[in-house]
Amino acid sequence: MLRLFGLLRTRIVRPLLLALLCVTALARADEVQVAVAANFAAPAKQIAQDFERASGHKAVLSLGGTGKFYAQIRNGAPFEVLLAADDETPQRLEAEGAAVAGSRYTYAIGRLVLWSARAGYVDAQGEVLRRGGFRHLALANPRVAPYGQAAMETLTALGLTDPLQAKLVQAENIAQAWQFVASGNAELGFVALSQVAKDGRIAEGSAWIVPARLHAPLRQDAVLLARGKGKPAAEAWLRHLRSDAARATIRAYGYEF
Amino acid sequence: MIESANFAADLAAIWLTVKLAAVTTLLLLLIGTPIAWWLARTRSAWKGPVGAVVALPIVLPPTVLGFYLLLLMGPEGVVGKLTTAAGMGLLPFSFSGLVVASVIYSMPFVVQPLQNAFEAIGDGPLEAAATLRASPLDAFFSVALPLAKPGFLTATILGFAHTVGEFGVVLMIGGNIPDKTRVVSVLIYDHVEAMEYGRAHWLAGGMVAFSFVVLLALYWLNPTGRRRT
Repeated sequence: MLRLFGLLRTRIVRPLLLALLCVTALARADEVQVAVAANFAAPAKQIAQDFERASGHKAVLSLGGTGKFYAQIRNGAPFEVLLAADDETPQRLEAEGAAVAGSRYTYAIGRLVLWSARAGYVDAQGEVLRRGGFRHLALANPRVAPYGQAAMETLTALGLTDPLQAKLVQAENIAQAWQFVASGNAELGFVALSQVAKDGRIAEGSAWIVPARLHAPLRQDAVLLARGKGKPAAEAWLRHLRSDAARATIRAYGYEF
Repeated sequence: MIESANFAADLAAIWLTVKLAAVTTLLLLLIGTPIAWWLARTRSAWKGPVGAVVALPIVLPPTVLGFYLLLLMGPEGVVGKLTTAAGMGLLPFSFSGLVVASVIYSMPFVVQPLQNAFEAIGDGPLEAAATLRASPLDAFFSVALPLAKPGFLTATILGFAHTVGEFGVVLMIGGNIPDKTRVVSVLIYDHVEAMEYGRAHWLAGGMVAFSFVVLLALYWLNPTGRRRT
């Protein structure tokens, strides 16, 4: 019995352990940890799949709010690349030495959309905002989310901030704003076009694509973080993000350049 | 340091939190007492399942609770259809919605101390009351309730404190509306996300102090160890 165990250990377990070690070592070397703004979740997942196929590296995506990522990165989070929802946060990280100088660039310009899960609820001119008749208008928290800020700018430009103030419900980030509207708890809300567009069209419900002149451009910057400096996988990911294939995916979700 | 407008917003959140915790605790004492009494006295096969359902919020992540409440209380949900039919509208993004969620969320922290207190009384005093021809209701109010006083104190303090500490559920169904659903825990999260650490600190520090005092009071008021010796 004991001998059998010994045999098992030398013949099977040891080589297996060795192989496992090699695999994990390899995987470590070829992984890139990417912090991704919530609005860019869908295209990022698709791009990560293509990236894996094309380069053999693996992109591990963490989705969330840019403000939270900032705090985490400043406090030692293991992210190597940040795809932010704005251009200020990457700039700030660069100025503070937490990101690699000169690696910053705009990977997408987002579009804001007024969206309802119900077909025909939002008209193509967004007149529904003036008509009223709804109880809740969802938006991401303007204090922390760029899309929320753009939504407030839009309401201000339309002169609707005061009449609609009591109907606003704030979500923690743009993903939650979508959830409030998708579950029907808010009749309509401001979300990212990327969340409701598929192959260049509104996938379900009804929407008004907010004209870009009504708010400051939603410039979204990517940056190589200090932890990703000199890492082949991290640099390959940033290169891949600029490739024609990736750009086609980004465009299909309603972003511009 | 703190601007007056900001200070007013922080104070409004504190007041709302106290109001929510007070209303929730009051409701929980009303709803929780009969449940705890039943759980303590019953020999029914339902005791296990009911006890487990009451205890669920202890182990469930608040996000699970919040997510299902959002769907249940929404226009497509069972509760949402009921509240709409009753003319109350939908509960998410309202103070009443937070109260309903908090009652569920803090239920075990009120029911379990009460149940323990009722169980500790045992059959003796109630049987004695019965031989003195006290009706079951009379026995409950003049014998069981006074004997269970320490349990009520613990239940009140824990129910209140646990509601003050609620975060995940509120985040899921609140909508961050000033004076309605923006409680302290959510506001702290906001301050941190907005990188306003100064404003976060005085609220967060206050929460630590509050929680410590509450737990300390609990130990002083319920010196179970001392009573036994």
